[in-house]
Amino acid sequence: MTTERKIRVLVAKPGLDSHDRGAKVVARALRDAGMEVIYTGLRQTPEQIVETALQEDVDVIGLSILSGAHAVLFPRIMELAKKKKLDNVLIFAGGIIPNEDVPALKKIGIAEVFGPGTPTDTLVKFVRENVWKKK
Amino acid sequence: MPLSQTEQLIKGVLKGDRKSIAKTISLIENDMPESQKVVSLLYTHTGKAHIIGVTGPLGSGKSTLIEKIAKEIRKRERTVGIVAVDPTSPFSGGAFLGDRVRMQDLSTDEGVFIRSMATRGSMGGIAKATKDAVNVLDASGKDVVIVETVGAGQTEVDVIKIAQTIVVVLAPGLGDEIQAIKAGIMEIGNIFVVNKADLENVDKAVGAIEAMLEMNTQKKDWKPSVVKTIAITGEGIAELVDNISQHKAYLDSGAIHAQSRQRIETELEEAVKRKLTEVILDNLKRREEFGELVDKILAKKTDPYSAAELLLEGKLKKYKSN
Repeated sequence: MTTERKIRVLVAKPGLDSHDRGAKVVARALRDAGMEVIYTGLRQTPEQIVETALQEDVDVIGLSILSGAHAVLFPRIMELAKKKKLDNVLIFAGGIIPNEDVPALKKIGIAEVFGPGTPTDTLVKFVRENVWKKK
Repeated sequence: MPLSQTEQLIKGVLKGDRKSIAKTISLIENDMPESQKVVSLLYTHTGKAHIIGVTGPLGSGKSTLIEKIAKEIRKRERTVGIVAVDPTSPFSGGAFLGDRVRMQDLSTDEGVFIRSMATRGSMGGIAKATKDAVNVLDASGKDVVIVETVGAGQTEVDVIKIAQTIVVVLAPGLGDEIQAIKAGIMEIGNIFVVNKADLENVDKAVGAIEAMLEMNTQKKDWKPSVVKTIAITGEGIAELVDNISQHKAYLDSGAIHAQSRQRIETELEEAVKRKLTEVILDNLKRREEFGELVDKILAKKTDPYSAAELLLEGKLKKYKSN
């Protein structure tokens, strides 16, 4: 008996940012779209996020950050992800990230950045269309 | 000769490589074609870990308690695997797996491996793949494997199929004093924990559990213990882990053989059931006859039991006379 493969997503909040309503909205939306969503809570270090992604063998990582520290934390996360060979994991971000910072983030491997007000349907569609694509 | 991907994974699991463990659990959970082979190859390496099932109603503090238990076990220089199960939504098929929120400190401890699993339709509080995930962690060399069940109520007793020591976690004021008398999780516990022991009515809860245990007519050699804890401060945790070790010692002194036999009988039964479903039931469902019978039942021209007999006519002859 074969089961349809579930998409496993890690919704993570790196750094000292305690605004998690957005992350929880995203987590619920993805769950309602049939995905298994692991939420690890607030104040995660890059090490914790990447190790969790590895143990949970996730297909997607969604990074939520509103503190402005993305320029420091995201490169560290991407570096660790590369080191641990999480090569086929789709990584996207959301929260308060200025538009002018987005190109630099895409360059290091963040597939897409979704600003406040992004409809959850857009997110779900994006994940479904881009997950499991070999890089 | 280069190793196949499967052989590489197994090798990695046996060495304790975390990525191999993670990938192998996924393989089995997704029922990939190689999973049966992997399960078979790893099986001979299982049997060393102490498997603890933690169950109890929502709000009793299971996840927080498990984090503290794991930390205490790590202090005693042993390694831990944790499988945390949460329910799959019957409507969307998705799941919110949030048990790790309470276990943040453990995520970078190299001696701890945590896997969150969704029930994916299983009803007894654990997932079908939970047992397999436990086996993978066991084979990887973890000294202790803790399984956290969904814990939604009295029917969450499937944990008895996979755990050697069952810890039932309750909290004062969750209506437990009455619940304690009902069948189900109260009957399968080896150790009872009253968590949130700083709340009112803790002694009442302990008293109710002890009274219920006294009334237990099934005389067993192990007398279930009742431990008070305050998981968030760590109070009572050392005592709880001592109790867990004592139960393990009791099992190792002989009781484990009867228990293992029972568990393995159940495992074999489930494996046969699964194969039956795959080979016979799925086959029958695809036949026109099946749909026709459903129509007949809807029209009240027959009933499900007679229809089943009809479907299986002739096929069960071999088994009926034995």
